[in-house]
Amino acid sequence: MASNAIKTDAVIIGAGPVGLFAVFELGLLDIKAEVIDILDKPGGQCAELYPEKPIYDIPGYPVITGQSLTDQIMAQIKPFNPVFHLQQRVDELQSGGEDGFRLKTDIGTEFEAKVVIVAAGGGSFTPKRPPLAGIEDFEGKSVFYSVRRIEDFRDRTIVIAGGGDSALDWALALQPVAKRVTIVHRREEFRAAPDSVNRMRALADRGDLDFIIGQVMELYGDKGQLDGVGIRARDGETSRLDCDTLLPFFGLTMKLGPVADWGLNLEENLIPVDTEKFETSQKRIFAIGDINTYPGKLKLILSGFHEAALMARQAHRYVYPDAKYVFQYTTSSSSIHKKLGVK
Amino acid sequence: MPKITYIEHDGTKHEVEAESGMTVMEAAVKNSVPGIEAECGGACSCATCHVYVEENWRAATGQPEEMEEDMLDFAFDVRDSSRLSCQIKVSDEMDGLVVQVPEKQF
Repeated sequence: MASNAIKTDAVIIGAGPVGLFAVFELGLLDIKAEVIDILDKPGGQCAELYPEKPIYDIPGYPVITGQSLTDQIMAQIKPFNPVFHLQQRVDELQSGGEDGFRLKTDIGTEFEAKVVIVAAGGGSFTPKRPPLAGIEDFEGKSVFYSVRRIEDFRDRTIVIAGGGDSALDWALALQPVAKRVTIVHRREEFRAAPDSVNRMRALADRGDLDFIIGQVMELYGDKGQLDGVGIRARDGETSRLDCDTLLPFFGLTMKLGPVADWGLNLEENLIPVDTEKFETSQKRIFAIGDINTYPGKLKLILSGFHEAALMARQAHRYVYPDAKYVFQYTTSSSSIHKKLGVK
Repeated sequence: MPKITYIEHDGTKHEVEAESGMTVMEAAVKNSVPGIEAECGGACSCATCHVYVEENWRAATGQPEEMEEDMLDFAFDVRDSSRLSCQIKVSDEMDGLVVQVPEKQF
């Protein structure tokens, strides 16, 4: 096995509320966890989709926002010092024999873990792909959903579609190197940082960038090379704009992603588990939270918390095969108090 | 109970009975109307419950608020009649409402 792999007891895939709480339940049993998430922050859907929206069914909180819940769980798991690997997606998961697994992320971080906990919710967040005819032929050649190296876009004639922060940020970042940048957005107003909008408008006023109100409805080109897009204006008329590159920025959606390739049984993009251990069809791989399914399953955060607790007990058997599992209450156990730093 | 008709892109009609107070999205999901994905579950955070409200119903359903208008930026093929169905609350006055479901949510 590779020597540069991170060795740990458990890898948790997904840093939503359930994945985060798994850190706590595993930690109580002395199981050390590394947490991987595609987003740039912990919290999963709670942080990405509804940070300011109230949740009413978290026991003990009559009302709490997605972000507050995330912050509270982060505080709760702090004593266990979980290590986060953000903006990474687990692409490979292979059995490493009797005692564990090897995992590799899309940017090459490798792990060796004794148990794996899939807490991936609705799947990994991926850029929304506009349903334009033939777009798949252009992807990776002249249609891109992210910018890895600005230099790759030097001297290109770029259309950026969308009106959020990503669209604005990349328009500003690419404008100095590109031959021409045109922002195509459906209305005059932008839902983005006002400073970015002002800077974009200043560039447009100077004639160093174009802003067109409309929506990209058609792609023109051949063999993956774009040579223009059809832009529908507010009045319904579509006109052609020449370009060689399109960057659509329409937010994120959830896709199951590579989980489907790990050899686990799936039922309609969910992972069936038992309700005693929340283990998948493969021993030592668990699935908790929205991504699992079993008779009576409810996609509730509180159900995921329960699943994390029961999962941890079975994980303990694998990580410490010779140790006896001792059930303890956090209220009274002096050894738990020590782990939590309670004085 | 107010009746709502959802017309799919290919013309297939789905007439469902809604309850006042629920949203047009909820009525669709509860009755398994295809094409309304509602990925975020109604938090006005995903733009996958996009519908087109027929002209003569726009007064009854009202105009999108700022948050919804912002979120519509993340929908595809947005028109003047575009709404996010999770933000239209059904009332008795909406009995007979007709909305069109786009060919594709994002």
